[in-house]
Order: sequence, then structure tokens, then C-alpha cells
Amino acid sequence: MRHLLTLLIGAVFGTGIAVSGMINPAKVINFFDVAGSWDPSLAFVMGGALCVTFVGYRLVRRRPCPIYDPSFAIPQNRPLDARLIVGSGLFGIGWGIAGFCPGGALPALGTANTQVILFVAAMIVGILCTRLVVGRFAMVPPHGLEPRTY
Amino acid sequence: METAFTPGASLIGGALIGLSAVLLMLVRGRIMGATGILTGALLPAGYDDWIWRALLLMGMFCGPWVYFAVTGSLPAIDVPISGGLLLLGGFLVGVGVTLGGGCTSGHGVCGIARLSHRSLAATATFMLTTGLAVYVMRHVLGV
Repeated sequence: MRHLLTLLIGAVFGTGIAVSGMINPAKVINFFDVAGSWDPSLAFVMGGALCVTFVGYRLVRRRPCPIYDPSFAIPQNRPLDARLIVGSGLFGIGWGIAGFCPGGALPALGTANTQVILFVAAMIVGILCTRLVVGRFAMVPPHGLEPRTY
Repeated sequence: METAFTPGASLIGGALIGLSAVLLMLVRGRIMGATGILTGALLPAGYDDWIWRALLLMGMFCGPWVYFAVTGSLPAIDVPISGGLLLLGGFLVGVGVTLGGGCTSGHGVCGIARLSHRSLAATATFMLTTGLAVYVMRHVLGV
């Protein structure tokens, strides 16, 4: 049952990405192109998602634990650091160039679009290279780059 | 390339994204962040850690087909740049989300909903650099 529910939750996310238009790089890039062909749709996506999540999280956290797991896996609230800012800055540059973020590209993979496959392959290379390099300098525990904000 | 402003569809799509985040927290106690789900599926800590991520990803792949079943057509995916830039963008996204510990879904939606100051700082940073990158691409380099 928990496996079926997890699959369905993924489908709700993927459908949301498709319906919102965030599966389309042209639409994402146009949100940021205020000086050109501006399309403010992304603000409505973030607004809709934040309203539901803000209220929903507070209702869910009244429970002592999730339905199928012993505890909530919530990231610790640690201080800001340079890695968070540098990483987020680099992510933004890549997002601006390609128009895909991970949450937009993964549902798009379902269509087997060649350009999406190229993007995700390059993204996976970036993820694995970074973990290899950062792991070598022993900044992180063996599993999971802290913080698991995700 | 012009795209149509779709406030209604985008609000409904956003609400569905939020609903999936709330349900994942309710059912599995996890943050709905695309970066972490993918990374953990590639480098799992064990079977139990892998299976929920793999199922979530498979569900995500179904998203465009649910859209197809309802509307009769697949959602538009227009990539306005060359293959080389797409690879560069993908690589930078992979490096950035790994160092930054999350992306638009993990930091931008789930983190801000938790009022995490790290996620607020991350989201402000990537929204700014995305805007700068788009400005340079479109209006300086003319790509």
C-alpha cells in the first residue's frame, strides 16, 4: 500500500509540473525575461505550491509521525554557509541557460524527449562529479551531502 | 519565443505540486525535493532508501501522460537553446544543486513552507542568478 501511495504521489507531482507549464523551458525562461517576452506564470506556480504546502505541512506535523515511517526526516536548521550560496548561485546560472530545473526535467523524462534526456544526463554527471570531488575533501559524511534540505 | 500567460493552469499545477509535497510528508515523512530524490535513487543507502525514491520517480514520469489522458495532447516542451548549451546548463544545475543541497522544489517550495532561512537564502540566490543568466543570454549574447 505504501509503495502504491508513493507512486501516486510522484504522479501528482509530475502532473502538477505538466499542468503548471513548468515542464516547458521556454515558459520558465520567459518568467525571468522581464526585459523581453515576460510570462509571469511561474509566480502563480510558486504561489499555489507554497499556499498548499505551508498549511499542509502544519497540519501533518501535528501527527507524532508519518503514516508509514517512524519519524519525519526534516533537515536541521543550520547556519548559512558559503557552499549553500555558491551552489544555489551556480544552479541558477544553469537553470537560466537551460530552462530546466530538476523538478521540471524529471517528469519531462516521461515523454522520452531527446533534449530532456541530454539535459538530465549532463545534470547527473554534474551531481556525481560534485559528490566525488567534495567527498574527496572529506567535507561530508559518506552518504548524503549535508544538509538534506531535499 | 513567446509563451502564453496561464495564471489558472499554473495556480492549479502549483497546488498539485504542493499537494504532492504535503502527501509525501504525511505518508513517508520526507521532503519533496527533486534533487535529493534523484541523488538518493542513484546512490541509495540501501533497498528501503532506494525503493520509495524509484517509485516516486516512476510516478513523476507518468505526469505528462496523465496530462495527455485529460487534454488529449502532451504538454509543450520547447527548448530554445542549442545542444551544447543544454549540456552546459545541465552540468551547472547538477553541480549547483548538489553543493546547495536542493533546487526549486526542495528549497523553493518545501524549504520556504518550513520557513527555513537556508532555503530562503538559497531561493533568493538562485532566482537572482537565473534572472542574470537569462538577461545575459537573451540581451547581451543574443542566444
